[in-house]
Amino acid sequence: MTAPRARSDRVLLAHGGGALMTKELIQSVILPVLDNDVLHPLDDAAVLNVTEGQLAFTTDSYVISPLFFPGGDIGRLSICGTVNDLAVKGAKPLWVSLGLVLEEGLAMVELETVVRSIGVTAEEAGVQVVTGDTKVVEKGKCDGLYINTAGIGRLVVPCPPGPTQIQPGDAIVVNGFLGDHGAAIMALRAGISFSPELSSDCAPLWDLVESVLAAGVTVHAMRDLTRGGLAGALCDLAEASGLGMRIWETLLPIRPPVRGVCDLLGLEPTAVANEGKIVFFCPSEDVDTLLSVLREHPRGEFAAAIGEVTARRDGFAVIVSRIGGERIIDLPPGETLPRIC
Amino acid sequence: MWETKPRPKRESSADLLAHIHQTAQAIGRAVQLMEVCGTHTVAAFRSGLRDLLPPSVSLISGPGCPVCVTPPSYIDAAIELSRRPGVTIATFGDLVRVPGTFSSLEQERAAGADVRVVYSPMDAVAIAREDPTRRVVFLGVGFETTAPGIALAVRSANGNMVDNFTVLSALKTMPAPMRVLAAGEEVKVDGFICPGHVSVVTGASAFSFLAEEFGIPCVVAGFEDIDLLRGIDMLLAQIAEGRSRMEIEYSRAVRWEGSRAAQSVIAEVFEPCDTEWRGLGVIPDSGLKLRPQFAEHNAASRFGVELTSRHTSVGCRCGDVLRGVLAPPECPLFDSRCTPATPMGPCMVSSEGSCAAFWRYGKRRRK
Repeated sequence: MTAPRARSDRVLLAHGGGALMTKELIQSVILPVLDNDVLHPLDDAAVLNVTEGQLAFTTDSYVISPLFFPGGDIGRLSICGTVNDLAVKGAKPLWVSLGLVLEEGLAMVELETVVRSIGVTAEEAGVQVVTGDTKVVEKGKCDGLYINTAGIGRLVVPCPPGPTQIQPGDAIVVNGFLGDHGAAIMALRAGISFSPELSSDCAPLWDLVESVLAAGVTVHAMRDLTRGGLAGALCDLAEASGLGMRIWETLLPIRPPVRGVCDLLGLEPTAVANEGKIVFFCPSEDVDTLLSVLREHPRGEFAAAIGEVTARRDGFAVIVSRIGGERIIDLPPGETLPRIC
Repeated sequence: MWETKPRPKRESSADLLAHIHQTAQAIGRAVQLMEVCGTHTVAAFRSGLRDLLPPSVSLISGPGCPVCVTPPSYIDAAIELSRRPGVTIATFGDLVRVPGTFSSLEQERAAGADVRVVYSPMDAVAIAREDPTRRVVFLGVGFETTAPGIALAVRSANGNMVDNFTVLSALKTMPAPMRVLAAGEEVKVDGFICPGHVSVVTGASAFSFLAEEFGIPCVVAGFEDIDLLRGIDMLLAQIAEGRSRMEIEYSRAVRWEGSRAAQSVIAEVFEPCDTEWRGLGVIPDSGLKLRPQFAEHNAASRFGVELTSRHTSVGCRCGDVLRGVLAPPECPLFDSRCTPATPMGPCMVSSEGSCAAFWRYGKRRRK
């Protein structure tokens, strides 16, 4: 009989080998947190029971640095990002896959923390992790830990919301403060310390979307405001719908510390990433209901109507400045560049 | 010849705009105002200000975008350094994508050069301290605004024996090119919106010669929408009344004499030198180089770097744009071969460049 080996406190290449060590890793780190009936057989593929209707399917990869940040970590992010992509299509998230790419030498305790966070967030989001994969790459070949998740959800609306349904006159509404996630990460990377208010808004949003739909609000389109922020979403949707969009600078909910970080780093707060924000398009007669439903929800307390869809069919989104001038909303072409004077 | 006398209370943008229109009508001729600083250029576009001004009042951009006025020879020198073994280039982000003669730092980084974007020159000192085997070259680009921070970094590296930290200085000082523009015949400037951040350091007094010697009205303005409106309102009032003075709109930050502390750290570390400006050529005493006692932190002398003038990319007219002679859309490359994603010249790269601003904010008009 061999004595039980002492567990390594770092991820080793052998943990990705597919043999005994991989199994050990899965059984000691993953399963205690994420186990469920579908995942449990650890078979080649998960078998899912589906009823009638349509499914939505999405995938996203997560490579954030640093792995841990105020308001979240890469694990929470990897669930929120994927379930929110489903939610904005009007699909209730049900199942996710989890692909882990680990760097040799990653502290086991960090991996455990990330997996726990995945577990907590999956529960919060109402999804099960039903299949997964673990690979280990040599030290220096990835930055600690990358995650890929794919998600499947069931459409609860007969016709999924999307840009083609947007109408002139629609109200444009967001569920709260813009730019929190991106500003928190950029400030952390730049070594700028601010008040603790500056933290990521990373959160699963199906619950919020479900209450909006349940209240009978006609939602023409939704978009989660991740990379590219509000500006990116509006540019895309204006182009895809072929309509004009107009928002007012004075109506945008942006926290003062977020504005501060953006000013310091030369960033446009509207183009900064969020991980818990959605922009909604709905007929103007529904806007009051939408706002009141959102504001009753903890993830929508600071919801605001920020603009409207115009009849100008040019595919451009514009912002009205504080002095009443208009400018086109556009995106920076490459990496976000800090200013130098 | 300056004043900060209390102005009539026109605090709302609507009031200011109405008054601007009224004054412009009273002036009864076309006036050209030059906003010198790149941050003002961007602020004017961001707020949609240009569309709100009377047709007789136009804004032209001046040579106040630090990346834009940096000549290609400097970028080439930085690229050449980045290829040397053991060299780490530390730079503010804007420079990374600026094309040199044949390459850019972005391309060099992709090919394996160690090019790091920092937010502060002190970060570059930290990189040097952490790894004494790297020869860290900080790209010192900017005006009086960035010079004090770079001076402090040099002083800190010097005091802490971080001798693998060097600066390749292309620092420039603002008043000299404005004198060149005011004295030249090429552009008729009826009023200057003087740089706000630079004036925090130099004081408004550094620019008062424009009013005194050349009779051109001047206002140092801040960067909020309302600051620009007030600044323009003040300039038009001077023009209407036939006055020319240096006035300070940005009085919450700018004083007549500027920041003595910042001025003295600049003077301790740097001395004036001749330097090349893209579009304006070599202007005597308009640059800053490290004083001899900081020679070991001077990348140019330590690495034997020559900054020789070279031609810019064929057809690129950034130089004319920077002198206010050419409006960006008049450049033959604008929006054809030169866009923010494929920039041919620095005015299209920098977030503060006027070509980039025209491209981004003038999109709908072009469609």
